[in-house]
Amino acid sequence: MNVTLLDYGAGNVPSVQRALHRQGIHSERATTPAQISAAKILILPGVGHYAALIRALDDQSLRQPLLEKINEGTPFLGICLGLQALFATSEEAPQLTGLQIFPGQVEKLPQTAKLPHMGWNTLQLSSESPLLDGISHQDYFYFAHSYAVTLPTDRSESPTIATSHHGKKFIAVLEHKNICAVQFHPEKSGTPGARLLANFLRPHS
Amino acid sequence: MSLAHRIIPCLDTDGARVVKGVNFVGLRDAGDPAELAARYNAEGADELVVLDIAAARDRRPTFLETIRRVAAELAIPLTAGGGVRSLDEARSVIRAGADKVTVNTAAVERPELLTELSAEFGAQAVVIAIDAKFKNDHWDVMVRGGRESANQNAIAWAQRAAESGAGEILVTSVDRDGTQIGFDIPLTRAIAAAVNVPVIASGGARLPQHFAEVFREGQADAALAASIFHDNIQSIRELKQFLATQNIEVRFPC
Repeated sequence: MNVTLLDYGAGNVPSVQRALHRQGIHSERATTPAQISAAKILILPGVGHYAALIRALDDQSLRQPLLEKINEGTPFLGICLGLQALFATSEEAPQLTGLQIFPGQVEKLPQTAKLPHMGWNTLQLSSESPLLDGISHQDYFYFAHSYAVTLPTDRSESPTIATSHHGKKFIAVLEHKNICAVQFHPEKSGTPGARLLANFLRPHS
Repeated sequence: MSLAHRIIPCLDTDGARVVKGVNFVGLRDAGDPAELAARYNAEGADELVVLDIAAARDRRPTFLETIRRVAAELAIPLTAGGGVRSLDEARSVIRAGADKVTVNTAAVERPELLTELSAEFGAQAVVIAIDAKFKNDHWDVMVRGGRESANQNAIAWAQRAAESGAGEILVTSVDRDGTQIGFDIPLTRAIAAAVNVPVIASGGARLPQHFAEVFREGQADAALAASIFHDNIQSIRELKQFLATQNIEVRFPC
């Protein structure tokens, strides 16, 4: 199996690489349009500021090849900012445009809760999926973010398969055709995180 | 369910080895950081902190290698720091494999450092470490390894640090550090009430009850300890089992 990690400079790329390595999976970092176009399985790890990710995609001409790969059905996993980037815009950098695969805006979590939302939280599973195989509402995942996609009012339009709650309910896991994305960090989420990565890769091994 | 209260073992190192001692005097070797990291990862630690308490410039490459070795063992978040003075130094700590970087003295001297770090790595990657010591009627900020007063109110500094970009506060009671008589509850509670970012309590832990107190009464989001874990005075698994019996939410299985 050949897994490609889109490396725009985010700090968690080596962590994801290590987490895959622990499962015996070799991964390569992609920093150029050609490397992205050659990907068989694509992971977009992100952490930090939304603007840093979106600017890097545009400055390094990675947006177009990334969209092409996603649209042609390449298995894709977005992590943290990698989930947020799939939506149209973000309150964190309103002047920038996301990948626009899903409509809607990434919003700041309410200040009624401590921000960043940092630490181990559980999921509410809303639909069944092989991606969540062996994962229950009792499993904890590591979150580190202040922005999130809160749920659309029309649930039938929603690709959400699990939510979490911090001040407000938000999308924790989404799945739509070949596109998977998680708001937490599976690479830092112990055994359940490793299971989710394995579940994502299993159909392609 | 909501956020679990975190238990965080801390590895104080001389750059290469885990060390123990009081005020940098009589340091004793307490093991290999990567071996301890693997053990705590397996025992259910929610996060790990690794500090370079010597923080000598010429030994920095050794510490970065230690971060790499520790990160390789972990499927949980890693915070690293000790003597970090600049954006460049923080960048090398993050690149070596830390998820968060902790800063102390340099941020007291130049709070803009927090803003710079936050802009580059995000607030979730920036931990302000505050060493606080009770003086007359308030807690004073101590710098340079807890030895010098910065003549600043710790509560006011916590607020300013959070406003400047720190996403988490690691508050260590200099009065309680090493005493094993329990966390400084009033200090922790005062900091937690003053800011809207997560607070990690440190200094004075020994008994499971101390952790229950600092979560319940101190309003801490996480609690950090070092030698009680290294010396097997307290196992993380048993500590979490105790906290669960006290109806304090902790992460299982571990």
